[in-house]
Amino acid sequence: MAKITYREALRQALREEMQRDPSVFLLGEDIAQFGGAYKVTQGLYDEFGPERVKDTPISEEAIVGAGIGAAMVGLRPVAEIMTINFILVAIDQIINNAAKISYMFGGQVCVPVVIRTPQGAGHQLGAQHSQNFDVYFAYVPGLKVVCPATPADAKGMLKTAIRDNNPVLFIENLALYNTVGEVPEEEYLVPFGKARIAREGRDITIVAHSRMVLTAMEAADKLAKEGIEAEVVDLRTLRPLDIQTPAESVRKTTRAIVVGEDWRSYGVSAEIAATLQEEAFDYLDAPIARVNTAGIPMPYSKPLESAALPHADKIVATAKAMLPRRFRK
Amino acid sequence: MVMKPAEPRRAPELSAESAVGGSAQSPPGAGFLTPDRQAQLLHWYEQMVLIRQFEEAAAEMYTRAKIGGYLHLNIGEEATVVGSMGALAPQDYVFSNYREHGHAIVRGVSPRAVMAELFGKATGTSKGRGGSMHIFDVEKRFLGGYGIVGGALPLAVGAGFAMTYQSSDAIVMSVFGDGSTNIGAFHESLNMAELWKTPVVFLCVNNLYAMGKSVAEETPVTEIWRKACAYDMAAERVDGMDLLAVYEATTRAADRARQDRRPTLLEAVTYRYRGHSMADAGTYRTAEEVEHWRRRDPIVTFRGKLISVGLIDEAGVDEIDKRVEEIVTDAVEFADQSPFPDLSTLYDFIYCESAEEREVTGG
Repeated sequence: MAKITYREALRQALREEMQRDPSVFLLGEDIAQFGGAYKVTQGLYDEFGPERVKDTPISEEAIVGAGIGAAMVGLRPVAEIMTINFILVAIDQIINNAAKISYMFGGQVCVPVVIRTPQGAGHQLGAQHSQNFDVYFAYVPGLKVVCPATPADAKGMLKTAIRDNNPVLFIENLALYNTVGEVPEEEYLVPFGKARIAREGRDITIVAHSRMVLTAMEAADKLAKEGIEAEVVDLRTLRPLDIQTPAESVRKTTRAIVVGEDWRSYGVSAEIAATLQEEAFDYLDAPIARVNTAGIPMPYSKPLESAALPHADKIVATAKAMLPRRFRK
Repeated sequence: MVMKPAEPRRAPELSAESAVGGSAQSPPGAGFLTPDRQAQLLHWYEQMVLIRQFEEAAAEMYTRAKIGGYLHLNIGEEATVVGSMGALAPQDYVFSNYREHGHAIVRGVSPRAVMAELFGKATGTSKGRGGSMHIFDVEKRFLGGYGIVGGALPLAVGAGFAMTYQSSDAIVMSVFGDGSTNIGAFHESLNMAELWKTPVVFLCVNNLYAMGKSVAEETPVTEIWRKACAYDMAAERVDGMDLLAVYEATTRAADRARQDRRPTLLEAVTYRYRGHSMADAGTYRTAEEVEHWRRRDPIVTFRGKLISVGLIDEAGVDEIDKRVEEIVTDAVEFADQSPFPDLSTLYDFIYCESAEEREVTGG
């Protein structure tokens, strides 16, 4: 096992898949000599050249649309959208084309395009650069949506995404790029649709995805110091969704908190909570709780931004309020 | 006005005024009507007749509620459809919009399968999942009708890029209407297509109306071909009621794509006799205007030319009419008698995957 960053894990996945399959190419804004706004593609231009690491104009709709078109005729494009905030001008291509082309044409053609993009807040980037839109895509049949939380998953799931015959929204997180984790030396793939138990525990289940897995783990550490053993479930994939892994956990712990960096109303957490109560209603000893970002456009000022975001302390407080009196101090 | 880098060609006899006014012009390409091309010319004529009759039958089936949803017809645009498709090679790809029955049929898609798709039947091109706006045939490289105005243009750019990437000699045609040229996807696509030197022919079927709005009410640049100058792209405007003019202009654009790896914006000025869809009575146009364009009917005009040079006679015309009638009748009967898709297949085709993978993705 080597310890590398999430960023390096992504880069390794891209490099390995490009070496393995000549139909894989990258396109996006400033991904070539510049190396990408977050340096994920750094060095790949030198290795693979301008046709396979293709810089584009600032034209998100054309970037995504061109990726779809190229995928329809046999290539495996990996499109980078600099941040998910910019994807809204391309959402027509993703929802009306990528997600529909297989179905509405009777399965005659596949669209093996990967759209990589980071979401997430916490960097004082203000209202237009701090959003979480994974739910917009997880809502849509025909797409696959994955949100890896660790370097190992980032690498293994990106390789799976590139080999998948369907459009995949590969959603990274700005705050994860510099995180470090162990990654197997040998080749491996991480399948979609399988959640991961990030930490075992008997008292309460915390369900999270992407960066919130780290926040949930931090909360679990704090809870452990107070004698509360939280089980943390990392969803990894939003569509297809593995609900059985968190449902089994909830049947064991009888309590659940769903944590999301998105807004609470109508969000991923709402879907998870609704589905969990369908799957484990008879086992629940408390209403399923949600901890999310405040329902406001993200403010710039640091104290305001921090107050808006879900932190470990909020999860801890929520957990303690849900647990029986013997856990409360 | 000179447009670089590729010399633009603009049919000189077709000014904006005359195009919109629809006055008949002397045909470019009259020298094309020679006996050695008789088979090709008669085939094109027959294809125009086929589109006309197919669309008239579709309209009738719509009024009989055999066809649901929206129905956008190519009636009046036959010369543009046949002339443009006729200039493409079998290996080329076509992306179209929701007014695409004719393009699909001329591309070689079976009229039976197209009509069955309109009927929502399992035997339709898209197995009943698509309908009128979503005809598709991967074998004929007809990569679909799309329902969002301008939405398919970026796909054509990507496919064009792929042709160069794969060292293929195939080119890509993107068909769209005048209304599409005011949406962002059009501008992003033209910019990227020229920047990347992609082999794409952008064919704007300018039928003078975007639903109920005339071109002049929608854009200050009513000569659509001129919009290409913003991207330094070769462009041409052609009389879309003249099959040979469209064929020749498309051939020039296709050659530029295939040999020079350069895109072209080709504008064909034409007219739809019917409303935007079957739900549109076309009240925003005067009867005189419609009648004016009907007098330039592409089928009547082309037939007249063929007769005048002796390539067909009245008996030959009748024979083609009869043959086409049989094809269309057969298509309607086939569609009518075909089964609807089985309800157990409701969730098929959401994803391209094996049965094991489907277990994971579910509905």
